[in-house]
Amino acid sequence: MSMSAVLGSALTLGGVGFVFGSLIVLAHRRFRVDEDPRIDAVAELLPGTNCGACGLAGCRALAEALVEEQVQPAVCTVMGPEDVTDVAEFLGVEAGEAQKRVARLACAGGSDVAAQQADYRGLQNCAAAAEIAAGGKGCPWGCLGLADCEDVCDLDAIFMNSSDLPVVIPERCTACGDCVDACPLDLFSIMPMEQKLFVQCKSLLVAEEAKDLCRVACDGCGRCVLDAADGVVEMVDGLAVIDYEENDLAAPEATERCPTGAIVWLEGAQFERDRGVDHAPSVSLRSATR
Amino acid sequence: MRSLLSFRHGVHPPDHKQATEHIPVRRMSFPDEVILHLRQHTGKPARLCVKPGDRVERGDVVAQADGFVSSPVHATTTGTIVALELWPHPDGSRSQALRIAVERHSAQVPRPRLVPEWRTLSAKELIAAIRDAGLVGLGGAAFPTHVKLSPPEDKKIDTLLINGCECEPYLTADHRAMVEHPEKVQHGIRILLHALGIERAMIGIESNKPDAVEALRATLPDDLDVTVHPLRVKYPQGAEKMLIRALIGCEVPSGGLPMDVGVLVQNIASVEMIATVFESGLPLIERTVSVTGGGVRRPANLTVPIGTKLRDVLDACGGLTEDVEEIVFGGPMMGMAQADLNVPTVKGTGGIVVLSKGESRQGETHPCIRCGHCLDACPIFLNPQNLGALALARRWDEMEAQNLMDCMLCGCCSYACPSSIPLSQLFALAKTSLRKSSIKGKAA
Repeated sequence: MSMSAVLGSALTLGGVGFVFGSLIVLAHRRFRVDEDPRIDAVAELLPGTNCGACGLAGCRALAEALVEEQVQPAVCTVMGPEDVTDVAEFLGVEAGEAQKRVARLACAGGSDVAAQQADYRGLQNCAAAAEIAAGGKGCPWGCLGLADCEDVCDLDAIFMNSSDLPVVIPERCTACGDCVDACPLDLFSIMPMEQKLFVQCKSLLVAEEAKDLCRVACDGCGRCVLDAADGVVEMVDGLAVIDYEENDLAAPEATERCPTGAIVWLEGAQFERDRGVDHAPSVSLRSATR
Repeated sequence: MRSLLSFRHGVHPPDHKQATEHIPVRRMSFPDEVILHLRQHTGKPARLCVKPGDRVERGDVVAQADGFVSSPVHATTTGTIVALELWPHPDGSRSQALRIAVERHSAQVPRPRLVPEWRTLSAKELIAAIRDAGLVGLGGAAFPTHVKLSPPEDKKIDTLLINGCECEPYLTADHRAMVEHPEKVQHGIRILLHALGIERAMIGIESNKPDAVEALRATLPDDLDVTVHPLRVKYPQGAEKMLIRALIGCEVPSGGLPMDVGVLVQNIASVEMIATVFESGLPLIERTVSVTGGGVRRPANLTVPIGTKLRDVLDACGGLTEDVEEIVFGGPMMGMAQADLNVPTVKGTGGIVVLSKGESRQGETHPCIRCGHCLDACPIFLNPQNLGALALARRWDEMEAQNLMDCMLCGCCSYACPSSIPLSQLFALAKTSLRKSSIKGKAA
């Protein structure tokens, strides 16, 4: 091969490289976007779970919003208080205050108290079972216990207790709402921690009919309505419904005469034990902390 | 012999029809109580027009159609309305239902009524009469008949197809109707052709019912173009689109309806019921139900008042055997499993299949071996193997792109799968999820 051929190709390729290289340099100068370097730094400090509980599309979006001071660091419910302070100090802003919110299950009818009318065979998930004779569970509003919520929870904040009922661990729950979407019976709702009066039932049946299917069903007796301050609890279609606008007036007295224990005051060790929180399996948080 | 007409793909489940196919239809005695759901049909539930304490007679309207895609509900027995309450529905939910205490010692004779002379009615009036009689498709989906008979102006219908396939295993109610009342079936066809203003009807019957083919051939009318066609025995021959493929040889476009190819399909039970309505003037208040399977002591074809509790129907058939395992409303391929003996029948309930331990199939699910049996089974030529893998990964949108919405959940793929993968259940789940997210998308 002659020297000129080698030289020719080297020059051609070199020339092409130079031309495109120059284009890249020009484009870089022309279209360059300056990003605040603090975004990267803040993103490093955030938990990186991308849970969406802050209402933004993941941790990166939150970092951008934080740097632009659109939101306060406390909107991230996954970080502990120290981490929130770290982010606030780094940005030189107020940490802010956020209501701690958690997911709550409106059913207490585990396999120990709720009747099963038939055995369900088929795909072992709630969404599929819900379509086949309500999974064979007597109460068609009740939790099916096949753990769609546990599966979808990235933070290991939900575990199934010994009677196949999901239990939310408030310390881990970031109120991201994944379980709300996953439950085919719409049993989960995201609620502020200070809303302590809660009806753990969605059954629209009343009296014996309700209790035949589940020992802890709301049977629509209405005692809680009488025992609570005016306007806090109301009976709607045979089910006690709490008006959380009046949450300041809510008190544990409303739950005391409930014959089935469907309405509860979510506080104290007794309640935690009832739901089996002390049996919580020890699990490592996969991604909540880094 | 000329090979029989059919569609491509499909499966051949054992038909198990011998238990009831030769047993004449008998009427069951009236139960003590009937439960009438307001949601008897596809579409909007009916609107109540009686109140607890009222006395109603057999055939009286108890709930009116609420909107166009809805259908009225009639009292199926003479008695007193006890309550409107939440009652188990065959679909597994609890929904609003009327409880009627049946009057003891009542002769259950309906009020004398004017029978509309259908020949003098215009198509429009005839369709209105069909609506007022609460007629819905009795093949299972319970779609209001008057809606089906009112296609949009631009869709011209030239042929009426009558579905006498009864391709679901076990069920024999349609078979008995064709053998016992062929003249009624012909009469129903005549009325339907009048309502549609056309003259051509084709009856498709699977060749395992030669007596039905013979009975209908012997009663063919001279003045109309009605023909009877024996079809190869194959499931799901009775699905609308498969029947059209078999009889006319053309394919209904994806996402389309039979009227897109100028066809309207009605099943035998619906046609017979139309004749009954215009012969007796009585609305749809009872129907023939095959009560069969190894789990019931005396299998039968029963005339059952709509709203009779499952418990009462089974009692009329000698009760359950010791080794009963599963009860299904409809056929075993597409029916709905029941968990409660208090569930009442609804207009769409044409079969109650009670499976014993040996009959109920319980395979352990194994991984997919990519044998392709499901591809050969799928009558609409989808790829269940691929769709199943996507469903397990919950990739609903991709499934939609692969025409999941054309799936009619016939269950052929599940039946054919040697690994017992519950494919059609996965597809039902995917369809529900897609429907939910589209509702959410519209709301947002």
